Amino acid sequence: MKRHQNILLLLAVVLLAALPLWLVQKPLPDANGQPVELFAGADNKAMALIGDIAPNYVQWFKPVLEPASSEIASLLFALQAALGAGFIGYYLGVSVTRERLKRELLIMAQLEAQARSENPTRAD
Amino acid sequence: MHIMEGFLPIEHAVGWAVASMPFVAYGIGSIKKQIDANPEQRMLLGVAAAFTFVLSALKLPSVTGSCSHPTGTGLGALLFGPAAMAPIGLVVLLFQALLLAHGGLTTLGANLFSMAIVGPFAAAALFRLARRLTLSFAVSVFIAASVADLLTYVTTSAQLAWAFPDPTGGFVTSFAKFAGIFAITQIPLAISEGLLTVVIFNALARFNPQELKDMNVVRPPELRA
Repeated sequence: MKRHQNILLLLAVVLLAALPLWLVQKPLPDANGQPVELFAGADNKAMALIGDIAPNYVQWFKPVLEPASSEIASLLFALQAALGAGFIGYYLGVSVTRERLKRELLIMAQLEAQARSENPTRAD
Repeated sequence: MHIMEGFLPIEHAVGWAVASMPFVAYGIGSIKKQIDANPEQRMLLGVAAAFTFVLSALKLPSVTGSCSHPTGTGLGALLFGPAAMAPIGLVVLLFQALLLAHGGLTTLGANLFSMAIVGPFAAAALFRLARRLTLSFAVSVFIAASVADLLTYVTTSAQLAWAFPDPTGGFVTSFAKFAGIFAITQIPLAISEGLLTVVIFNALARFNPQELKDMNVVRPPELRA
């Protein structure tokens, strides 16, 4: 049942991520005829909105280090996700094995106890 | 929810940093105390941090036609208490600010406050409330993690609206605009985060029931998964 539940939950997550790709229409070009980028980052949209609300605001501090290109940025994001996922996978792997060993030990102990208590006269 | 480097006026930047600092300090103390008492929980702490690493790296498309990412702070907040997530969030945000130019050092305090303080505290409070209302474990986890995620982005919107009030409509108009970008985009992602947090809790309940019991996350009869 739980196993089923997890698969359904993961499926729902995939659907939630995939549906917008399919449902959202490409926006019309803006007032200047520039095409509007679809699925841009919300952070960048907020930055553009700051420019609208406070046109005189100047960014007073620049990032110390900027990824050399968007490819490098995606490399670093992938690295971040891989490190996290790797650790979670390792931990779950260890946990699964530990649980299995515990169960096997228990079964072996039970079998031993059974063998010891077994009485030849009661062999029916 | 990352406010870009240099995009908060200096008073706001300093103010949020000062507001976040005690949480980080308290969180470090709280983690230390828990790990000293139960050294075997160190791995689980790593899992909580790793979960935040993964989820905050996943930029997902949303129905508004823009992309954003979940925060992953709900898991750690339920396992180790909300304060523990402040230092963990700091590590994640520093990584992104320094290497990815995503967020920034001047906006670190504000971003920390929304993602690693408001989110986790909301998660912990909602989880407790949901359990008191005798909702099931999975439903409680889902509510806690997804609403915490959404509140993180509502907080970011409020922070930006406070710093950049609309010239005519003031804070309220500005907040509505920023929330239109952040909070609406976040709704499907918040649902995803809630579902993913339930998945990982299911795995933990199945293979690490003792830990969850020790940490008072689950009531014992619920562990027969």
